Amino acid sequence: MALYSEKVMDHFLHPRNLGMLEDANGVGEVGNAQCGDIMKMYLKIEDEVVQDVKFETFGCGSAIASSSMATELIKGKPLEEVEQLTNKAVAEALDGLPDYKMHCSVLAEEAIQAALEDYRKNNQ
Amino acid sequence: MNIYADNAATTKMSRVAIDTMTEYMEKTFGNPSSLYTIGQKAKEALEEARADVAAVIGAQPRDILFTSGGSEADNQALRTAAKIGAKKGKKHIISTAFEHHAILHTLNKLEEEGFEVTLLPVHENGLVVPSELEDAIREDTCLVTVMFANNEIGTIQPIKEIGEICRKHGVLFHTDAVQAVGHVPIDVDELNIDMLSASGHKFHGPKGVGFFYVRKGIPVANLIEGGAQERGKRAGTENVPGIMALAAALKEAAAGMAETSEYVKARRDRLIAGLSEIPHCALNGDGEKRLPSNVNFCFEGIEGESLLLLLDQKGICASSGSACTSGSLDPSHVLLAIGRVHDVAHGSLRLSLGEDITDEEVDYIVDSVSEIVEYLRSFSPIWRDLKEGKAEHIL
Repeated sequence: MALYSEKVMDHFLHPRNLGMLEDANGVGEVGNAQCGDIMKMYLKIEDEVVQDVKFETFGCGSAIASSSMATELIKGKPLEEVEQLTNKAVAEALDGLPDYKMHCSVLAEEAIQAALEDYRKNNQ
Repeated sequence: MNIYADNAATTKMSRVAIDTMTEYMEKTFGNPSSLYTIGQKAKEALEEARADVAAVIGAQPRDILFTSGGSEADNQALRTAAKIGAKKGKKHIISTAFEHHAILHTLNKLEEEGFEVTLLPVHENGLVVPSELEDAIREDTCLVTVMFANNEIGTIQPIKEIGEICRKHGVLFHTDAVQAVGHVPIDVDELNIDMLSASGHKFHGPKGVGFFYVRKGIPVANLIEGGAQERGKRAGTENVPGIMALAAALKEAAAGMAETSEYVKARRDRLIAGLSEIPHCALNGDGEKRLPSNVNFCFEGIEGESLLLLLDQKGICASSGSACTSGSLDPSHVLLAIGRVHDVAHGSLRLSLGEDITDEEVDYIVDSVSEIVEYLRSFSPIWRDLKEGKAEHIL
């Protein structure tokens, strides 16, 4: 068996929504270099909908794939739906992650929630 | 292009090793303990292999015990010294912070059993300082165990000086020479080595077989009890095909060593020079005192596993000391021991070259690594912070 599912490899090799978003109005960064994973999510939210999303990640294959998949899952979605996104949903959409890589999907969830929080703070 | 550059992990078996192995599986398959002809033929072959292996490291044939590999030999060496030490009330062992886990984990067990362990620093260049070793020796020191060459960063330790110091103080000296045997010249008498561990698959022999050299007069502690094989020190029917193939591979490696090492070293240095051009990177371990095949770098702002996966896409097999490749949260203990901080230790790359590496392949590796590091940095939040001056470069 390969280390990662085909879906993980696809998102790792062809990450969706990669890069930074100049006009983001919600930015969240989680993780730390000590553990080897940092994820940064840029959200552009209008009318309570994620109009655009991009990410930057320092990390392993599954961290990059998890970020990429997470951006796909929330792009164009209303915030009430985005708030419900769980790490499990990210991992399942990737056809699973090895046990010791599950924390990558947790980081993806946390990065999105951090970006949402940032957006709320900026728009109070 | 397909380039296997992970020869420190394992090597491809040589033609002569495969042919030898086949012969002892297919034809001379007898049990060396049996009295009929094919048994006795196997026995004779086994003793020839023992003599061949002994000759390569300047030892006596009777001082070579065949094992299941380097880890078993490491375990047996430490247990042997510990048993001797315990009898004399000497329960202090000196080693280094960057040994293989076969050593470090066995030392942990011995600590639980009442031994005290001193781990010597290996400094930024990945080398033990002999005077620091001498200072660490105590009245109750029963063993010094220092690896011959490090498996990750390839640094070759001052084994001769260490051996002299141990001899002077009457302390047993063991070296885990798994990465060195078959690649650099070793003479156990000249280097004052009392015990040595080696593994077949690191020099184009098979996996699952290795050897333990133990100087005459040292009473060996058994790990496996049973029959009288290996002078009663390692029970179990001998792995004749594996042992024969190991000996054949080692003989071949030893015969071509001088020439091969010169050739590989030149390609290694070409690779080091090429990779050094990448901004904000650093070679790990001393540039000179290292295995002819070993190249190990840290690149700032990237993570090792993603680098490996992308290199694999380009047909290059390599390894990394990043946490993600080890299944734990900590990066390689070797890189931490030479003072690399976590942030950059995660971005390490080890390339261990084969004897058939070409200049063209080296250049392809340099181009591929440069391209991938640049790509990974293009979306790394760490790199962004460094670029925008929000964080300071470490390398």
